[in-house]
Amino acid sequence: MGWLLCAPAVLVILLVTAYPIGYAVYLSLRRYDLRFPADTAFVGLANYGTVLSSGLWWQALKITMIITVVSVAIEFVLGLALALLMHRTLVGRGLVRTVILIPYGIVTVVAAFGWRFAWTPGTGYLAGLFGDAAPLTSQTWGVAVIILAEVWKTTPFMALLLLAGLALVPEELLRAAQVDGAGAWARLRRVTLPLMKPAILVALLFRTLDGFRIFDDIYVLTAGAHDTRSVSILGYDNLFTALNLGVGSALSVLIFGVVALIAVVFVRGFGTAAPGQETDHR
Amino acid sequence: MTLEARSARSVLVRPAHAALLRSAAVRSAAVRSAAVRTVVVRTVVVGSATMLVATCGSRPAGGPPALRWYVYNESSGSFAAAAADCSASSGGAYRISIDVLPNDADGQRQQLVRRLAAEDTSMDILALDVTWTPEFAEAGWIEAFDDATAQRITTGTLPVATRTGTWANHLYAAPLNTNVQLLWYRKDLVPTPPRTWDEMLAAARGLAARGRPHLVEVQGAQYEGLTVLFNTLVASAGGSILSADGSRVRLGAPAEQAVAAIRALADSPAADPSWSNQREDDNRLVFESGAAAFQLNYPFVYPSARHNAPGLAPEIGWAQWPGLVAGQPSHPTIGGYNLAVSSYSAHPDLARRAIECLRGRANQIRTAIRGGLAPTLEALYTDRELIDGGYPFAAAVGEALRNASVRPRTPAYQTVSLQISDALSPPRSASVGRLDGLRTAIADALESKGLVP
Repeated sequence: MGWLLCAPAVLVILLVTAYPIGYAVYLSLRRYDLRFPADTAFVGLANYGTVLSSGLWWQALKITMIITVVSVAIEFVLGLALALLMHRTLVGRGLVRTVILIPYGIVTVVAAFGWRFAWTPGTGYLAGLFGDAAPLTSQTWGVAVIILAEVWKTTPFMALLLLAGLALVPEELLRAAQVDGAGAWARLRRVTLPLMKPAILVALLFRTLDGFRIFDDIYVLTAGAHDTRSVSILGYDNLFTALNLGVGSALSVLIFGVVALIAVVFVRGFGTAAPGQETDHR
Repeated sequence: MTLEARSARSVLVRPAHAALLRSAAVRSAAVRSAAVRTVVVRTVVVGSATMLVATCGSRPAGGPPALRWYVYNESSGSFAAAAADCSASSGGAYRISIDVLPNDADGQRQQLVRRLAAEDTSMDILALDVTWTPEFAEAGWIEAFDDATAQRITTGTLPVATRTGTWANHLYAAPLNTNVQLLWYRKDLVPTPPRTWDEMLAAARGLAARGRPHLVEVQGAQYEGLTVLFNTLVASAGGSILSADGSRVRLGAPAEQAVAAIRALADSPAADPSWSNQREDDNRLVFESGAAAFQLNYPFVYPSARHNAPGLAPEIGWAQWPGLVAGQPSHPTIGGYNLAVSSYSAHPDLARRAIECLRGRANQIRTAIRGGLAPTLEALYTDRELIDGGYPFAAAVGEALRNASVRPRTPAYQTVSLQISDALSPPRSASVGRLDGLRTAIADALESKGLVP
């Protein structure tokens, strides 16, 4: 009876997630190019061989990793600072929280266009700030601007998740630590952060997964030129410009695999509680 | 139709009225409820009758079938004017409505392909970039013209433009407009235009030594423009990128000569410092600022200079693209758009007729004068109406088109082009040694293997 009641929901989930994923896996095992519709055949793992033996994939993976790690690290530090600020604010609490959330409320593509114009000589106020005439035309500067746009945009999200974690820290524990002579830094490191750990891990997991799938910022800022493409941009180019559904699907499946791996490492390795699961820190 | 619907309604309502009359004898409450019921019945009947009218015909009764033309937004409005004129002159046979595609070629192609892959029947006439014909024809997305129509279209049309619309010996796309680069130079700095690439670089070096404006403005960013530059250089050196049938990679000695020409410019003082990032419009802006002596670009730069740099405009001369082999003409790459009939169109015959009208003489002259797009009818290059109407370089463009080359003709063109611009970018690091890698990458692309950068 229980299964019967679940059935409609399970069916819908199968329809909207399992089917597309299964179809992508199926496509990735075929030679399937929209431009040669008559020329489709089962090719086994050949498409995966193509992707994994291409320097482009490893280059894109490296850039994606750099963007993910650097931006998540910066977001965590800034996000924690903002969360502490929001937590301790006494006056105008609502206003402070709203102001901090504004970047997160702006459409990513719109914000990215703002950054692009700002960093383009002739239209922007930031171009030429660091001596480079056109920052978006070199790999190092391009990646730096992409990370900046990403950090600006998603730090509020990180702050919000961490703020929820701060609420878990009981006030009396902090007072007791203070009485025992712990300074502000010691209280943060020894009391606050350990108690917040579940929230921190969830926040880092969410942001790492998001960061790894970065697409829109790069698409607008550099369109992947000058070797700034992420794996998602590479997948898009192969699927939508080259119309090569076979190789493109293999790329997508590999991206899915890496994302799954990140999630497993976080959940198994660091003991992140999956959302909805009971944590033992309550 | 409307009359039929109305009579149908009265027939259906009559029993309800009868019911009303019967129940009137019983009680007033019953009368009220019956009246309510009648109103409900009437509404339902009227509603379904309206729906019947709506589904019976998607077009207004008696109106001509609508042909939907998928094309980018031509800013001067000459495409819209052509569509209106052709609809009017068709004598009620068809009405062309325009569906606007994005302005960049990649965006246009993506939208067209997505609809065509889904076998969308709402598309009739497609505006295709000259490089897409093999891809769309091979995939079965566009229909070849029948022999009689093809004969009418190709007669009087520039042969090189016809070649871009032809695949497997069939005409799939009718040339709408074309485009070709000229050498634009400063008459006050350069008394006689250089005829070869080396002469141009030598003249630039001379100007640089005298401290005069000396830059050569040409496209160098990693995009289609770099592929066009390479194709022009390879063709001008007497070679080609692919074999004529598009099945094998060529890139022999002429390709090495082309790479050497790119490097010669990169290593000379004539190279713009931001060459590796320049597209057509960046070149135009630098030339208009007066910092350059030469510019390899499309004719749109001339009206633009007259508007933006009126002091400079009288000093601007034009000549043929510099050659790579002394005594041989250059072979600049042609661009432009062709018109094709979608394989899924419901009105292919009308679409073919409309295409013949849209690319007719009057429409081509209007597009050339208003929009600056070069015509594909050969006779127009000596037509006073066009030349006096605001196209003074018609003779030079006509000559360039007679010598023009086409880009590699293969269904995998998009991938081939991405590989070329990737291998040559930035121009300063282009080397003959990289050609081997490029040959392999193109060979893979032809078999739809490998990743696309």
